[in-house]
Amino acid sequence: MKKFLFVLFSFVCAISVQAKLNVVATLPDFGSLAREIGGDKIDIVVLAKATEDPHFVDARPSFVVSLRNADVLIDGGAELEIGWLPPLLQNARNPKIEIGKPGRVQASQGIRLMNVPANVTRAAGDVHALGNPHFTVDPIIAKAIAQHIAQSFATLDPSNAAFYQGNYKKFEATINAKLQGWGAIMQSYQGEHVAAYHDSWPYFAHRFGVSIDIFLEPKPGIPPSPSHLSEVIGQMKSYHVKAIIVEPYHDRRIAEKVARSTGAKVVDFSQFPGGIPGTDSYVSLIDQLVKRLADALK
Amino acid sequence: MNISFDGLFALAASTARDLSNIERGDHDPQQRGFNARNIELAFDGAVDPYFEGFANIVFKLDNDNNTDVEVEEAFLQTTSLPFNLQLKAGQFFAAFGRINPTHPHTWDFADAPIVHALLLGSDGLRGVGAQMSWIVPMPWYSQLIFGVQNGRGNTGYSFRNPGDGGMFFNRRTTDRELRGLEDFVWIPRWENSVDLSPTQVVLAGVSGAFGSNETGGNSRTQIYGADLLYKWKSANAEGGFPFVKWQTEFMYRRFEAGRGMKESFPVAETFHDWGLYSQVLWGFKKGWVVGIRGDHYDAEDSRFTDDLDRQSRERISANLTWYPTEFSKIRLQYNHDFLDDTFFLAGRDVDSVFLQFEFILGSHGAHKF
Repeated sequence: MKKFLFVLFSFVCAISVQAKLNVVATLPDFGSLAREIGGDKIDIVVLAKATEDPHFVDARPSFVVSLRNADVLIDGGAELEIGWLPPLLQNARNPKIEIGKPGRVQASQGIRLMNVPANVTRAAGDVHALGNPHFTVDPIIAKAIAQHIAQSFATLDPSNAAFYQGNYKKFEATINAKLQGWGAIMQSYQGEHVAAYHDSWPYFAHRFGVSIDIFLEPKPGIPPSPSHLSEVIGQMKSYHVKAIIVEPYHDRRIAEKVARSTGAKVVDFSQFPGGIPGTDSYVSLIDQLVKRLADALK
Repeated sequence: MNISFDGLFALAASTARDLSNIERGDHDPQQRGFNARNIELAFDGAVDPYFEGFANIVFKLDNDNNTDVEVEEAFLQTTSLPFNLQLKAGQFFAAFGRINPTHPHTWDFADAPIVHALLLGSDGLRGVGAQMSWIVPMPWYSQLIFGVQNGRGNTGYSFRNPGDGGMFFNRRTTDRELRGLEDFVWIPRWENSVDLSPTQVVLAGVSGAFGSNETGGNSRTQIYGADLLYKWKSANAEGGFPFVKWQTEFMYRRFEAGRGMKESFPVAETFHDWGLYSQVLWGFKKGWVVGIRGDHYDAEDSRFTDDLDRQSRERISANLTWYPTEFSKIRLQYNHDFLDDTFFLAGRDVDSVFLQFEFILGSHGAHKF
């Protein structure tokens, strides 16, 4: 019996020594930032797929298991996941990831959201009362999120605090250096109008000086109608719009049809690393987005 | 606190003169013409750091346009019990199978499956009680749920239900107070789920409901259920489409029908009744879903007991639903009921068409799996 207890005890110790932080990210952009900070000191589960519509993710029972085991949950905090995260959290019964605990990082914390509606009415489509929640594609906002993630990891795993803070510094330096390059590429396209299927890009547009302000959806979440598309085609022609941004879950054929009537190019974009080829990290995603948009605007 | 209001209506056409004999769910269309059987106010939110509260108040218009009010659910749920436990208490739907714990506006068809309405009851199995659930510490999703309810009245249909006018399955019922633990309805459930692939999920469960009924001094009821859900959803889903969802539930009831109050009925019988439904839904493009469902219900024959709810039946249904957004829907459904020649249903098959429409005001309803 004593021997058994000893074995059990050493087993438990071994687990607790090697234990990595269990991190769950609702969306792949947060997951990618968590990897930058956590490296091999964390185990990470990302709930939504990079290629699917983040507004409508199935609340799979397996997600409950991931959330039950989580030391840290990173979510957007701006109602993008409101259609699927609340029932998962109700079922997960994990006090470590409650709002206000160090185990909960809400990415929108401290960020001024754009396009906060003055009047919230669903007659305007799927508008988000707190403002547009697609903010991670602004690299300066991504730095702020990464910093919050580093603080959370350092609080929960103090023995590796220096590691997390060091990774944050590294990430910050990379982004600062990259911003110069990205800015230089986009320099020639300042103020150009760009069309997009859905209004996911105000933060990206603001950062890089373009106007992504013509949308194939008549209202957020409402499928394009023929009458709206003919309006869009007219607008695009008068602004000489050269690019239409679509995401992996949008109906590309609609964008292609508009492209044919306007001479614009369809540009495959993703808010999430992994959503388009060659984007396995946050930095490579922004690299790709900037390169693809610049190529289309040439 | 989230507040929402849901209005669910149906326009019904049917070859049956008395649709309420065919459509046995209480939220199903109950007459030819317009029906408003589920107008619902829902509230939910955090009570304090320890509890969350939920309430669903349902208004139904009967066939004479009088309003019935129903406290469908009103319960609190713990948020911070240790050991992966969660306690629920109040008035709530029993965690039996897939359909029973859900509200009608989330259903994929305009009416309840036959087996659900006839074994668990027209309003489903729900009542005042308490429920403990435990997420079993396994690598996959595994949850044990154990509930207990009074099981009295029409919402405990197969249990301590005095029946219409004091009669149930032709017996004069006893309608007694609780004598002991055996008179509660005990409702265990075990559900498991695995992800077969990044786009495919399976959820399987077994449920039970055990208690007394009112047809005799010591008459007992046992109901067993098994359910299976398979869902595929595209890795490039927009708005949750496209998807394919297959759901099947099987239920079996053992019902000891006693001799009624003061042993007034000539015989005691034990009924073995069972049924199942199986449905496939295909969300073929954003906002559009087609569905097909088959129902089978097999009630044990009796030479002594004749009751509308003890008639074996089959049904096939097909529907097409358009969701303009997740806050509204329009659904066209066709049902064909195969009916045997009996005292009640006269052996003529029934064809029905329902046009269902719904709107939701208020907070964004989150979707359970």
